[in-house]
Amino acid sequence: MQTKDINENIAWAKINEDVLRSMENPRKGYWIAVAACIAMVMCAVLAEIYQYQVGMGPSNLNWPHMWDLYIATFVFWIGMSHSGTLLSAILHIIQADWRKPIYRFAEAMTTFSLMTAGLFPIIHLGRVWNMYWVLPYVSDRGIWPNFRSPLIWDAFAITTYLTSSALFLFIGMIPDLAICRDNARGWRQKLYTVLSLGWQGDDRQWRNFRKIYLLMACFLIPLAVSVHSIVSADFAMSIMPGWHITSFPPYFVAGALYSGCAAIITLFIILRYFFRFDEYMTIPILEKTCKLTFAIAMVWSYLTLIEFASVWYGHDMVAKESLLSRFTGPYAPFFWLMLFCGIVAPFALAIEKFRRHLPTMFVVSLVLNLGMWLERWMIVTPTLATSYHPFAFDTMWPSMVQWAIVFGSFGWFGLLFLIFVKVFPSVSMYEVKEMVFHRRHYHSADLATKFHRRASDREEDGEPSTEGAKS
Amino acid sequence: MKRYYVMGLFSNFEEAFATISEIRSHAIQGVSVDDVTLKSPIEHPEIEEILGDRGSPVPKFSLFGAIFGICFGFLFLASAQATFLVQPAGGKAVIPLPSNIVLTYEMLILFGVISTLIGFMISARLMTKRHPLYSEKVSVDQIGVMLELDEKNVDSIKDLFKKHKVLEIREEVSQ
Repeated sequence: MQTKDINENIAWAKINEDVLRSMENPRKGYWIAVAACIAMVMCAVLAEIYQYQVGMGPSNLNWPHMWDLYIATFVFWIGMSHSGTLLSAILHIIQADWRKPIYRFAEAMTTFSLMTAGLFPIIHLGRVWNMYWVLPYVSDRGIWPNFRSPLIWDAFAITTYLTSSALFLFIGMIPDLAICRDNARGWRQKLYTVLSLGWQGDDRQWRNFRKIYLLMACFLIPLAVSVHSIVSADFAMSIMPGWHITSFPPYFVAGALYSGCAAIITLFIILRYFFRFDEYMTIPILEKTCKLTFAIAMVWSYLTLIEFASVWYGHDMVAKESLLSRFTGPYAPFFWLMLFCGIVAPFALAIEKFRRHLPTMFVVSLVLNLGMWLERWMIVTPTLATSYHPFAFDTMWPSMVQWAIVFGSFGWFGLLFLIFVKVFPSVSMYEVKEMVFHRRHYHSADLATKFHRRASDREEDGEPSTEGAKS
Repeated sequence: MKRYYVMGLFSNFEEAFATISEIRSHAIQGVSVDDVTLKSPIEHPEIEEILGDRGSPVPKFSLFGAIFGICFGFLFLASAQATFLVQPAGGKAVIPLPSNIVLTYEMLILFGVISTLIGFMISARLMTKRHPLYSEKVSVDQIGVMLELDEKNVDSIKDLFKKHKVLEIREEVSQ
């Protein structure tokens, strides 16, 4: 049974070789995945062209259902973006070195999720040609956007988050881009030469690198929390029943972390399988990620129950009726499915046997994210279906146009991710070397025995090498 | 005057650090630890104990960026909102603090991050031409100790490198 986060005897040169190999000639499976993603994106593009031509009618978005899948999916993708950068930053600050082999693709996930999320408000506008109205500039009429509106806060927050997380991803990659530069030929070498910014690995660069990475992490943690709090303000600052709830900001942040962690598990297993990263994306690291996800799932479950309780005991009859309609109304099957996927399914993460079984974890992570997507849908739609005015009660099911665009967004995300893993290293080479180095030099054999092995383990592995960089 | 650059490549940090420690203890006259540049595939946590605390100005850039972001953010919003004659506020505060704090906070972070990046690029001397002695092996698994020297010290340094099991020595002369 594999019990160590990483084998400390891996040679540094092998780490370079393994990661660089993953960026070389794509196999057939890769091209099939790319083709599938392009097909999904084309579905969305065709649906959007149709919607653009004939207006918002075919999407079924009509009063009182002005928001539906587009906004729910927007919130889902924003949420998905949270775990990468936020967890990477938090785990970096608390020096949890097991993040090192997995944070790169998680940060990439953040950036691409935000790029996907950013499309939805534009699509939702209908009049996409007026999207620039959200920008703070002096128009011909001398009118600025309303800075009191959470929708404008969204535009600022998402722009800031996208810029900051893309820079965080880029800065963390600079030493690896230098490795790529030293090993690449042709257009790749030109690309990496530009992107590595002349990195030479000298002490001045490393010293400043350590500072910037820490500072960026410090900036990004409150930023990530603020972004999803602001997204929750889109709902909580309205007076709609089921939305006007004080606990919405922490509820949204917990939900964001939850879905992001589940997505990390999914991508972890995919990358480990296809790129044969068994030595870096190890089972113990997956176990730690699963435990973290379980903890966050329990926080989210608690906040969900708190939301119900505060509405129930709040004596706001409209909000109470809206809550009851979720449990018993036309959307009840989806609501109950959301509760199952979000609250019951994560208990699979608490069982060690499941945590160490990759196919089970893959399925569970998808189920968790299905639950998180349903959660956003169940926030948006039932409230609009049963609001203040009984004459406006209306059940609306999304049209094929909406479904196609939502479906295509997953293809868009997948396509960006697939391009990323072939152009940039999806495992941080220098940080894995650091991890290996620290484990070799600073972990005594006694501590290793105590913390990396279980009582049930019978066979002792070889003692950690105390040699230098080369083994 | 000619300046000599000599770089020794070592297989591990221990030998590289032992070499620098000897330089630090003035084993060679006229060569100090300030002339040393260490090149490595990873950042060694104890590097400052060997090279001395050389400091980093990046946090100052962050602070400047954050303060600039606060000032710019709030003044930008306030100046936009102060066009109240064009855009009636309907009895509400012309410059509302609670909502402006949210956007000011975002500007704090945005400018803080951008300023930190600029500070990093300046302080780490990025976007400059790579040194002729740069070795690709440093990005794999070897540790480079590079010194800027007078001609008279070149042989002494090479001897010191050899004493510490150097794998390879490279040198470059600049006019």
